[in-house]
Amino acid sequence: MESDLLREQISNMRQSLFVEEILEYQFLQLEQLQDNENPNFLQEIMTLYFRESPKTIAIIDQALEEHFNFPGLYKYLHQLKGSSASIGANKVTKEINQALECFKEGDIQGCKGAVQRLKQEHNILRNRLQSYFQLLRQIKIC
Amino acid sequence: MTVEDQRGGVVSKDVSHYDKFPVGMRVLAVDDDPICLKLLETLLRKCQYQVTTANQAVIALEMLRENRDKFDLVISDVNMPDMDGFKLLELVGLEMDLPVIMLSAHSDTKLVMKGITHGAVDYLLKPVRIEELKNIWQHVIRRKKIDPKDQNKSPNEDKARHGNSESGQGASSLGNADQNGKNSRKRKDQNEDEEEEGDENGNDSEDPSSQKKPRVVWSVELHRKFVAAVNQLGLEKAVPKKILDLMDVEGLTRENVASHLQKYRLYLKRISSVASQQANMVAALGVKDSSYLRMASLDGFGEFRNLAGSGRLSSSTLSSYAPSGMFGRLNSPAGLNLRGITSSGLIQPSSQNLSSSINTFGKLQPTLLPSNQSAGLYQGIPTSLELNQLQQSKCATGIGDFDPIKDSTGFTVSGSFPDNRVTVGSSSSLLSRASSNPLMLQGNSQQTHKRGPFGNQSSLGVAPLNPESFDLGIGGSSNFVNHNRSDESWQGAVQLSRFSSNALPLSEPFNHDQMASNNLGISSTSPHIGNSPIEFPSTNVVSGRLEDSGDVCQEGLIGNVVHNMTYTSKQRWEEYKQDYNPNMNHSFSDINSMVSNSGIVSPLGRSLDQNSAICGRSFDVSLIGQLNGGSLSNAHHSEFENSAVDAKIKSNEDCLLGQTKSQDGFIQNGYESLDDIMNAMMKREQNQTLLSDGEFGINAYSLGSCI
Repeated sequence: MESDLLREQISNMRQSLFVEEILEYQFLQLEQLQDNENPNFLQEIMTLYFRESPKTIAIIDQALEEHFNFPGLYKYLHQLKGSSASIGANKVTKEINQALECFKEGDIQGCKGAVQRLKQEHNILRNRLQSYFQLLRQIKIC
Repeated sequence: MTVEDQRGGVVSKDVSHYDKFPVGMRVLAVDDDPICLKLLETLLRKCQYQVTTANQAVIALEMLRENRDKFDLVISDVNMPDMDGFKLLELVGLEMDLPVIMLSAHSDTKLVMKGITHGAVDYLLKPVRIEELKNIWQHVIRRKKIDPKDQNKSPNEDKARHGNSESGQGASSLGNADQNGKNSRKRKDQNEDEEEEGDENGNDSEDPSSQKKPRVVWSVELHRKFVAAVNQLGLEKAVPKKILDLMDVEGLTRENVASHLQKYRLYLKRISSVASQQANMVAALGVKDSSYLRMASLDGFGEFRNLAGSGRLSSSTLSSYAPSGMFGRLNSPAGLNLRGITSSGLIQPSSQNLSSSINTFGKLQPTLLPSNQSAGLYQGIPTSLELNQLQQSKCATGIGDFDPIKDSTGFTVSGSFPDNRVTVGSSSSLLSRASSNPLMLQGNSQQTHKRGPFGNQSSLGVAPLNPESFDLGIGGSSNFVNHNRSDESWQGAVQLSRFSSNALPLSEPFNHDQMASNNLGISSTSPHIGNSPIEFPSTNVVSGRLEDSGDVCQEGLIGNVVHNMTYTSKQRWEEYKQDYNPNMNHSFSDINSMVSNSGIVSPLGRSLDQNSAICGRSFDVSLIGQLNGGSLSNAHHSEFENSAVDAKIKSNEDCLLGQTKSQDGFIQNGYESLDDIMNAMMKREQNQTLLSDGEFGINAYSLGSCI
């Protein structure tokens, strides 16, 4: 019973993540990669992401403050884009793209705004995924 | 399999994998982002490949250098902190000749273009899909197909064929990735025989539709006929049927001619654009932007590669050789007389644009071409060969143009060479030249690039490309060599590139003779020139040796290239030698002796000094030193058995070693890829004329004095 409820909860959560476009197709690919050889692949890669991405975001923040560190800004935005896209973090990636666009146009203010939103999305993603994985772990136990 | 041995490890290993291939393909994944790296690793494992990961480019390079045969394919991110992905790409292509796939979150067209010109076999966007990764094995097959072909047709090809029955000939001479495994086998046998004879009318049709048909190998001879036919008909009016009739070659089908014509047309287009690019590149060289140069070369060669579909070698080598660098060098020598070399002028202005540099390169060629075209020299070898030819023609013209050269008997001869060439069936020679030139150019450019004072000298290195033209004049050895290459096939683009590498050493001798003094590394080669006609084979040998010398040829590629060249070039060279006007040879020997005697001695001394100066500076120098050292040490040139020369070489070698070790970057710049080399060579040819002017000016002095 409980496990059924749990499963339903998990399923709903997962679905809403996609419906809200927080996650996208790439996430499904990641799920598929998880198999007997890589039983915890999804969780591992997510852990990795949330360990590395805050550092990158901090660097981006700092680069924005230093008005002349544009190469650094570009480089780290780019890097964050790569990893965010790789895990299927849809909204985060979109905000990064937005920031890159503003950057290319020289719109620093716009860039800053995008980075702010980026951070917000990143936090949302982290929270949601944390709950999601928590449920998954629970179901494994059951 | 002699030739294969070089890559033998790969080939044989692959062969063993073949029955289950692509399962078990060994991939090296490089990405500084741990998330992407982990994902990539998992995806590749899912495709049943054997994966090794590296989160730093330098680590990856170490792994590759440690044992190149341990891997079949490299996938690398573009943006990495410790080393630019493109640089890694070039290095891998040059040194290990492995297919490299670029990976990036960026889908910028320019970046993709850059990747291609640097020799990447593919460019994937992040996030990577597993479906895309499932197909990457094709690049391994394709490469194998091309390389074995170039080097050693039969044994390698058979192997490759067996292994890749399904993939067929990834890169036939025509650059078609035909899936004619069986055909290639057949072809190879045919080709082998034919190639050995230096006249390959191997009719291996690359027509995918006729799987069983042997692939046509566009040997120098065949290509020459083709170009002659096209010229006779007029490029506009040249239709395959008529060309076929004019050529009157048994076994050749209209389809073969049609595809070849298409390539030829593209090649010509490319040439014209490359010429302009070259000019740009030359200018760029002045800038000493090695990476830039590289790119330039890549661009130019990239085109070739794409065009001809030749193996990565050609393009990679070319790419590695920042052609612009070469050009810059070529142009830098004060003495360069652009007489006939429009490129030099072109090169100067546009340093910024890599692509433009290539154009200049192309432009250079066209200018010269006209003269040669009539000769039918420009055969439709889309690959570097064509460029080479163009260059050659240019070179030839250049040579003629060089006043100083004219003074020397050798040069005058060269001047006449173009004509001779034509009669002799120079197309092949042109081809060879072309091929060698790129290499040479590359080598030269590098040299020039690094060495300010040696600008002229470097041209010597570059001259090799021209050497073809020079060769004729000087001892055409390079030419000969080239020819051999071309004979072998277009696929020889790779070869050419290889050849070119040899050309470097060779050309140096040639140039050296002229400029003996100037080139640090080159001078050592100059001695070669004296012996060039004869030396050439030795040079080749040297090249091979260079290769052997482990550290020395760190750039690995070059050594390999040279090595390859030695193989074929030697043979060909002999053959060509005979083909060539005996007078030419005479003149060569005259010049050679003269050059070697006087020019070499004195210049050497000078170059030594210069060399030492340079050693500290650039990789190129070291490379040159290597080449020189290698060649010199091996050189049969008794004349050069000067202590001075030896000393130089040693110093060069030392520099080289030191350089290579300490300056990965340089090395990378130097020989990023065969493509670069090829490009460089080609450019060199162009520049050669330029250089030769300059160099010759210098050499003329020495020669004059000698004489």
